[in-house]
Amino acid sequence: MYVLKLIARNALRHRLRTLLTVLGLTIAVLAFGLLHTVVDAWYAGAAAASSGRLVTRNAISLVFPLPVSYENRIRGVDGVTAVVRSNWFGGIYRDPKNFFASFAVSENYLDLYPEFILPAQQRADYDRDRRGCLVGRQLATQFGFKVGDVIPLKGTIYPGTWDFVVRGILDGRDDSTITRQLVFHWDYLNETVRKRTPKQADQVGVFVLGVANPDDGAAIARNVDAVFKNSLAETLTETEQAFQLGFVAMSNQIIAAIRLVSYVVILIIMAVMANAMAMSARERTAEYATLKALGFGPGFLALIVFGESVVIAVAGGGLGILATPPAASLFKQAAGGIFPVFKVSTETVVLQAACSVAVGFAAALVPAWQAARVRVVEGLRAIG
Amino acid sequence: MAIPLTYIARNLWTRRLTTALTAGGMALVIFVFATVQMLDAGLTKTLVSTGEPDNAVVIRKGAETEIQSSIDHQQANALEMHPAVALGPDGRPLVSKEAVVLISLVKTSTGKPSNVVIRGVSPAGLALRPHVTLVAGRPFVPGSSEIVVGSAIAKGFSGTRPGDSLHFAQRDWTIVGIFDAGGSGFDSEIWGDVDQLMQSFRRTSYSSMVLRIPSADGFARFKADIDVDPRLTDEAKREQTFYGDQSKALSTFINILGITLSTIFSIAAMIGAMITMYASVANRVAEIGTLRALGFKRTNVLAAFLLEALLLGFVGGVAGLACASLMQFASFSTTNFQTFSDLSFRFVLTPAIVVKTLVFSLVMGLVGGFLPAMRAARLKIVDALRAQ
Amino acid sequence: MNDARPPLVELSHVAKSYRRGNQIVPVLTDITLDIGEGDFVALMGPSGSGKSTLLNLVAGIDRPDSGELRVGGLDISQLAEAQLAEWRAANVGFIFQFYNLMPVLTAFENVELPLMLTHLSRRERRERVELVLDMVNLGDRTSHYPSELSGGQQQRVAIARALIADPVLIVADEPTGDLDRASATDVLAMLQRMNAELGKTIIMVTHDAHAAGAARSLVHLEKGELIDGHAG
Repeated sequence: MYVLKLIARNALRHRLRTLLTVLGLTIAVLAFGLLHTVVDAWYAGAAAASSGRLVTRNAISLVFPLPVSYENRIRGVDGVTAVVRSNWFGGIYRDPKNFFASFAVSENYLDLYPEFILPAQQRADYDRDRRGCLVGRQLATQFGFKVGDVIPLKGTIYPGTWDFVVRGILDGRDDSTITRQLVFHWDYLNETVRKRTPKQADQVGVFVLGVANPDDGAAIARNVDAVFKNSLAETLTETEQAFQLGFVAMSNQIIAAIRLVSYVVILIIMAVMANAMAMSARERTAEYATLKALGFGPGFLALIVFGESVVIAVAGGGLGILATPPAASLFKQAAGGIFPVFKVSTETVVLQAACSVAVGFAAALVPAWQAARVRVVEGLRAIG
Repeated sequence: MAIPLTYIARNLWTRRLTTALTAGGMALVIFVFATVQMLDAGLTKTLVSTGEPDNAVVIRKGAETEIQSSIDHQQANALEMHPAVALGPDGRPLVSKEAVVLISLVKTSTGKPSNVVIRGVSPAGLALRPHVTLVAGRPFVPGSSEIVVGSAIAKGFSGTRPGDSLHFAQRDWTIVGIFDAGGSGFDSEIWGDVDQLMQSFRRTSYSSMVLRIPSADGFARFKADIDVDPRLTDEAKREQTFYGDQSKALSTFINILGITLSTIFSIAAMIGAMITMYASVANRVAEIGTLRALGFKRTNVLAAFLLEALLLGFVGGVAGLACASLMQFASFSTTNFQTFSDLSFRFVLTPAIVVKTLVFSLVMGLVGGFLPAMRAARLKIVDALRAQ
Repeated sequence: MNDARPPLVELSHVAKSYRRGNQIVPVLTDITLDIGEGDFVALMGPSGSGKSTLLNLVAGIDRPDSGELRVGGLDISQLAEAQLAEWRAANVGFIFQFYNLMPVLTAFENVELPLMLTHLSRRERRERVELVLDMVNLGDRTSHYPSELSGGQQQRVAIARALIADPVLIVADEPTGDLDRASATDVLAMLQRMNAELGKTIIMVTHDAHAAGAARSLVHLEKGELIDGHAG
């Protein structure tokens, strides 16, 4: 179409300016995409949560444990199919920088987490070795852990040095499964603690419950809490997703700030692009006047201005979208353990595309209006 | 400056829209840059000022935070008696045995629960922190179920005024006062009698101890004695160091995020500056030729356009800084990753930040304007004059 | 008229060509020419004859490919670029067809511009500018911007600017090309006064016979060669 040809040629006239504008847009859209992916990563834990599981913790705070004796009473509640003990261990591997999650869990842990894949032989080896541990695939890859390795962890909550033998590597069923943790036997924790720091023995961090029917989750949660109301350690039971979201909520101001900032970068590039379009339009006043003299209407002039702006914006935005996944994996490597899952979501890409078009459109508003409004006589006088 | 400053400045003014858009883009970058630094400065100030230079904190060895730590009565009594510890006006050691727990309170702004620190203190607890002053009501009576709340708690959580009561650990606790800790971490805490709180929470050991040890030698001796004593599984730190360490993860995160964002954003803004300056040169080719003909040298032309770019950056810098300084009226609260508790802090604008920010804006202008200025300087006189 | 004094401008076998793509286009071929001090020379010729190029060489804003070019006894083709700039500031005044004033500077500031290359104090600069603006009858328009002045007035500002550093040589490229008849006459009269009363040597490129009439000597160029051998 003739219009497209005009638009393309116009864009190429000032090659340097067009190139710089496209580059600016690429960077802005890339930054926007990365920031959104950071926010998504924050919610990754919640996204991976299953609605078929509930988490029971001390009502006052997560920091306080629950007595192990609660387990049987929880199991007695209607609708509860399984109860897993889980204690946050918080061990440090050599350097605090190498942070990863470590849990002491009861024997039926894997039964309640079907998203983890473990070869039967490794499962058997783990069950047999009290000091055995399982590590997630991502963790194993990062530190080069192999089956048979001994991993020394320095305890923070449970003091002393703890050695575990890797007996199996956990793989995730799909991409959203987090495989960046280490789990070991709760019984081993308890018997060791009983010897070293007896006051910490027979205590559970949280109970993870399996329920027969996820729809009954809310009701079952209430029933569990009712059992322990007015006792020494009251409980709070919620879906695993609500539990994970609770962590996210703690940093919600930071997340809000990051979201805000991601739109600031779009504003910056909008200013840059509006400027570039305004300059181009100003330089072409005589041409617009000529076109009008020849009989082209204001609508046509507005169209070529909008068209040029949107084409440049889409080109830059497209490059930015393409550059985001590789940039995301670089970022993930650099950020280390903070974000176990760091994937660019479809929603992010859609937003990136929408922002590019919006920038292209908004940047052209004033110049297009001015172009449409050009008075033939004055415009022609601008030549020579 | 051979080419007059008026010529340079007026050229920016003549093309006002372009100047405004370009400087505006840079101002946004500067705003983000300055605000992140102000946030980090506020975090540091809050945490560092939480400690007294004369105080020492003892926690269990290997524990990173008070929450993870426990010190039993025997050890506490032994530590209290160390000769390096200063004595209070009543002749007793100036020591506070403290128990730190977390409770869940609903934050007014989000309507969601947040973890809040409850600190049980000994009677000397307030005296050990002279920068903490009561601004409403009165201190709690030792031995009672009374508590006082920090100013950030009173502001951020509902039902926390004097006269209100909170229910936790199976007891009702009456709020009798509000204290102000000068923007430090204590503003986000609730304080009460350590023995009453420990009883209610069924704890048998303290979390930590705070002791007044004024002399540096005294502290060195104190620390060494603890380290060698096999009965004492504890370690001592200066109070300011202790709180500083607690924010390291959060501080590092804020800094890395800030630097990454500012770098990427500044590239976009510099591209904007480059586009503007190239156009500025292109529009004035004839003028450049005239100036060269009149006797101005290439270096004069280069300097003039660099200065124009610097001025552009400076305007953006001042605008961005002005907006950032408004953030001083806002406060920011988040959960400290390490201590797991809610922490409220402000944006602090220091002279160092002002200088760093303005320099950054000038550098942005310089880098963006460099290539266009080179192009202007390299024009041949006759070519430039021909481009009428 | 030939003086006993040595000529101000001496060109000897000067040649200049330009590169267009991968072709070399000769613009001036073997020019040998003397211009006496105090002369008012009109340089004429059809379009493409090289007259503007010749002016550029003499004014020191372009370099000859070969030959010698002396102004006031100094071989300016041997000067480095920065030295050439300094030489121009002291010795040459420029008048252009389209005035070439800085649009963001007032008339006063435009005339003052060449003095920014000197070490004169602000007061000294002001005195000279006012003097010179009076000479061109623009004493009452000093704070106007070029956009607020007519073509003739702008050219007079340009003339004032050309005079301010008291140069020995004035070069003018089609000074009346953009002016109406009345303003053109005005400007030409001013040039004559500069030549007669102040002793300025003027070299003027023009294709306008009326303008040429104001000059004392005539030099013709055609296809890069002189038609008459020397001035006078």
